[in-house]
Amino acid sequence: MLKTILGAAILFVLIALTAYLAFHYAPVEKSMGIIQKIFYLHLPSALSSFVAFGICFYANLMYVFKRQPKWDWLGASAAEVGLAFISVVLVTGPIWAHPVWGIWWTWDARLTLTFVLWLLYISYLLLRSMLEEPDKRALFSALFGIFAFLDVPLVYFSIRWWRTQHPQPVILGGPGSGLDPRMRLSYLLVWAAFTGLLILLLNARYKLEAMRASVEELRREAEVQ
Amino acid sequence: MTLLSNASALLGKELRTEFRSRELLPTTVVFIFIVIALFSITFHPTTSESQRLGPGLLWVAFLFAASLMLQPCFLREQNNDTLSALRLSVKDPFAIFFAKLAANTFFLLLTELLMLPFFAGFFNVHILSVFPQLVLVFFLGSLGIAIPGTAFSAISAQARMRELMLPLLLLPLLTPVLIASTEATAALLEANPALPLGGLGILIAFDIVFLTALWLFGEYLLEE
Repeated sequence: MLKTILGAAILFVLIALTAYLAFHYAPVEKSMGIIQKIFYLHLPSALSSFVAFGICFYANLMYVFKRQPKWDWLGASAAEVGLAFISVVLVTGPIWAHPVWGIWWTWDARLTLTFVLWLLYISYLLLRSMLEEPDKRALFSALFGIFAFLDVPLVYFSIRWWRTQHPQPVILGGPGSGLDPRMRLSYLLVWAAFTGLLILLLNARYKLEAMRASVEELRREAEVQ
Repeated sequence: MTLLSNASALLGKELRTEFRSRELLPTTVVFIFIVIALFSITFHPTTSESQRLGPGLLWVAFLFAASLMLQPCFLREQNNDTLSALRLSVKDPFAIFFAKLAANTFFLLLTELLMLPFFAGFFNVHILSVFPQLVLVFFLGSLGIAIPGTAFSAISAQARMRELMLPLLLLPLLTPVLIASTEATAALLEANPALPLGGLGILIAFDIVFLTALWLFGEYLLEE
């Protein structure tokens, strides 16, 4: 408990610091102006969601082979946390795109991939809620999670192949060689802060899932008696 | 060898079940027919519009139809309590998937080919000169739909709200198949038809990736 509070406190300070850096220390981007600041939220959220889905895939594989409930809890937690981060990406993206591209949304490769990922992991969580027996829920959702993750590169390449008539997104155009050192420092710190946030959320969610499993077990035992 | 002989026996069973009951094929054919007709009525496309929209609408119709058609694949076994018997009857559980997969691909391809003349009529496209290439694209696309479709049919059969669960699991996953088949079909229906290797590549890659996944993880899908 103390560790969690301490971690949360450190993270709070770190996020406050990165917010200060992003808004006051890093220079305003020349062509896009102040709206570019949303990248300090958009980019680390995207990275955190990919890491979370990677963890989910690993946990799914481990569950199928080891059959230990902890992998199921980790998979469910990672999927939920990843979904939260990717929702941030899907909200901040259009807010940036509207003034810069002049449109809210386009079915470009990266945008479509993010959207399909979002759908796939919503399906994953919905499937979990529709399977009642814990062992079955763990196994079948893990198997679906494995299939879903394998789909990611295929989705990306299938869209990249044809749907690139639209001007390429500038999402990763910024942090190239010409990046201002102050911007680079801000990005690095905000990325570190978001990784910390990912770990904190994942940890809290995992404990909740473990607790839920033991409650479920106790309830079943009570019913038997 | 056991795998193949088991699978072919089971495939015979799947085909006999369907051709005796005649449930799946007629309903799916009528369903696709209705969807294509409704699209055509709604958009009332000109010739150039049909060439642009037609292939996409056709594949969306196929996907929707497949997500309904694949429902009974494992549900039937579960309702009749035949899943355990099925598992005991084969040495390698992949034989069950192999047979069901082959049957589903065959049924899908058959309905798609039956729909093709109506599609050509409603959307004013010429298909005769590129028929063999179209069959190839349809085959790879149907296989792509049937592989995860068969796997997820085993999952959704165990879930609540199973009729809704299968489309929910299947349709987002099939995005690459939808895009690649649509682009390949569109390229074949153009004035200068050409077989797009990129589209075929994606379809083949999709089929191989998920066939391998099904081969590796299929046995776990049959656990009770």
